Amino acid sequence: MKKLLMSAAIAFWSQGVAAEDMRMAVTTSFDNSGLADILLPAIKADLDIDLQLLVVGTGQALKLGEAGDVDAVLVHSKAAEEAFVAAGHGTHRREIMYNDFVLIGPETDAADIKTATSAADALSRVATSQAPFVSRGDDSGTHKAELSLWAAADLKVEALGPWYHAVGAGMGAALNTAAGLEAYIVADRASWLNFGNKGDLALLYSGDPALFNQYAFLPVNPAKNAKVRNDLAMKLEDWLTSPRAAELINGYKINGEPLFVFNAVAE
Amino acid sequence: MIDILDGLKSAFWLVISFDVELWEISLRSLRVTLTALVIASLIAIPLGTFLAVQRFRYRRFVISFINALMGLPPVVIGLLVYILLSRSGPFGVLNLLFTPAAMIIAQVIIITPVIASIAHQAMRELWAEYHDLLISLNTTKWQRIKTLICDGRRNLLTAALAGFGRAIGEVGAIMIVGGNIDHVTRVLTTAIALETGKGDFALALGLGFVLIGIAILVNLAIHTLSRTEREGRW
Amino acid sequence: MSARFPLELRQIFVRRRGKTVIGPLDLALGAHGITIILGPNGSGKTTLLRVMHGIERINGGAVQWAQDDPAQHAFVFQSPVVLRRTVAQNLAYPLTLVNAPNERVTTAVQDWLARIGLSNKAELSATRLSGGERQKLAIARALIRKPDVLFLDEPCANLDGHATREIETILREAAAAGTRLVMATHDMGQARRLAQDLVFMLNGKIHETGTAASIFDTPKTSELAAFLKGDIVV
Repeated sequence: MKKLLMSAAIAFWSQGVAAEDMRMAVTTSFDNSGLADILLPAIKADLDIDLQLLVVGTGQALKLGEAGDVDAVLVHSKAAEEAFVAAGHGTHRREIMYNDFVLIGPETDAADIKTATSAADALSRVATSQAPFVSRGDDSGTHKAELSLWAAADLKVEALGPWYHAVGAGMGAALNTAAGLEAYIVADRASWLNFGNKGDLALLYSGDPALFNQYAFLPVNPAKNAKVRNDLAMKLEDWLTSPRAAELINGYKINGEPLFVFNAVAE
Repeated sequence: MIDILDGLKSAFWLVISFDVELWEISLRSLRVTLTALVIASLIAIPLGTFLAVQRFRYRRFVISFINALMGLPPVVIGLLVYILLSRSGPFGVLNLLFTPAAMIIAQVIIITPVIASIAHQAMRELWAEYHDLLISLNTTKWQRIKTLICDGRRNLLTAALAGFGRAIGEVGAIMIVGGNIDHVTRVLTTAIALETGKGDFALALGLGFVLIGIAILVNLAIHTLSRTEREGRW
Repeated sequence: MSARFPLELRQIFVRRRGKTVIGPLDLALGAHGITIILGPNGSGKTTLLRVMHGIERINGGAVQWAQDDPAQHAFVFQSPVVLRRTVAQNLAYPLTLVNAPNERVTTAVQDWLARIGLSNKAELSATRLSGGERQKLAIARALIRKPDVLFLDEPCANLDGHATREIETILREAAAAGTRLVMATHDMGQARRLAQDLVFMLNGKIHETGTAASIFDTPKTSELAAFLKGDIVV
């Protein structure tokens, strides 16, 4: 009887033995896109890898890689990624796919960015009209992209007025705030399409190459500690840059619209 | 307002349809919190009782310290535990990060001060009542602690349930040390945070109502099992 | 019977908050009978009893038992202390402290329940007893281990005539069975009814000691004479 209870207790409390566990830190915008739900089962089937995703901001993802707590990182912030590799935290940087950022704002479009000539021009118009604007403010890939757009428009973020709200939150939360304030915001297309609380917001401007959003895969340097599964990271990288992945990524659509464009090159 | 109604509807459908994912994260929530509760109680209740009966030099300081610990933001505790359990940290070899075990550890640290503080208060009052008698009967320290815990069990239960409440609704620390990994460390509170971030308020509220429901059920179950409301017994 | 007596108190004094509560005083108690400590309120009777029992810290002097076995003292407080348990469990408690075998416990509990007339309330929570019932319970609980000496601090101070009479009967039976009784009271009638020896206290000091006969018939000090007459003595 005691044995029965013990094994029941163990079964209840145990985690079970994993096939091959790999941990990857990814950004919230990647998770929001829903692509993971397509890729993870395929990765399990093809590679027998249980890919565990830690969904955090870009900054935290790179920090986890630096600490060696994850085996790989998938983010979309080229400058930060290159610094990561240069510092020896990652072995190299491999581009996988891209989607784009879009400019979201209230339907009424007081700043009239629908007719803007470029992304930088659109933001200038927002600044001129002093319409409310929400920024991720969390050092994420999206945030860094937004900051580079302000720079391209020759505007200093610190000098912007109180209409500029830096919320320090993920994409969904920031979009919520923008919906509530009827504000403009830079978002990645995938998060926008998947966002459930659109309110009076609409996609007002897109297409400028400056809004290009490249995702890259960074294997964590195995020299950090014995636990880093670089072998699995390499297997995953080969898979992510294969025609199979290309098919899945290019074929992923929301409401009939494709989200990502596969652009990995063979090594 | 519409969101709240949507939330209630969402909660209703999730439960009625025996949504598999809901079961999975609910069970995991209970597993993590109940384990943390048991471990924390095993530490906190004897500690609180001991502090009530034993006089020693820095006792008042220790009591104030424990009370102050209740005010520590759980996120801070989460960060500290993360640093300790990280592969680049001192306890990395234990491989506990991003597992339910790490979440249990964080929650134990968070709720032990809560339970200890309330337990101590209850035991102090009871000790004041029993003091003369137990000393007169020549009891050992250990006998006194056992008697106080036994006779004060209703208040100790309240202390434990306070700890349970704190833990079941906690999200900051377990998000950091657990990682909110789907099918591994995702629980009700972290799922709610995730859905809120995605903008799916209805689902988030639905999960929230399920969480409240579970908390109520657990409280009811424990009170029934210990028959605290029965006349003439207490 | 008891080799533990005689008890000698030599130059005892107790000081609290800068005031001398009792002392300096000397007292020697022999091995037999019922000693009543008599005196007005505030004369230090309670403190003296507690010193003899060993639960009050003395600031000077010595308490000397011929052969001390603290487990063979018992104490009944003025305000009865009951454990938050059933009546039967209260009675059993002192026996469980010494790991007495179950049959002995059951027999003793049944026996005493009958003697104090609470057999039908055995499973009732002790906190629901009346004042008189509680004090009877406290006395039974004190006597259940057959102590050599029983100290009582004004046990009937807050009780009505019925309860007082029942308690005095129990005490006389205990004394007849060989238990040494040392009891404080300010109730002269009770002193007359029960005392074999008397100690008269005033302002923390012992004024007179003697057998009941000598004290009541021929008081030596004027204060005692006045007290016996019913005057207020300060």
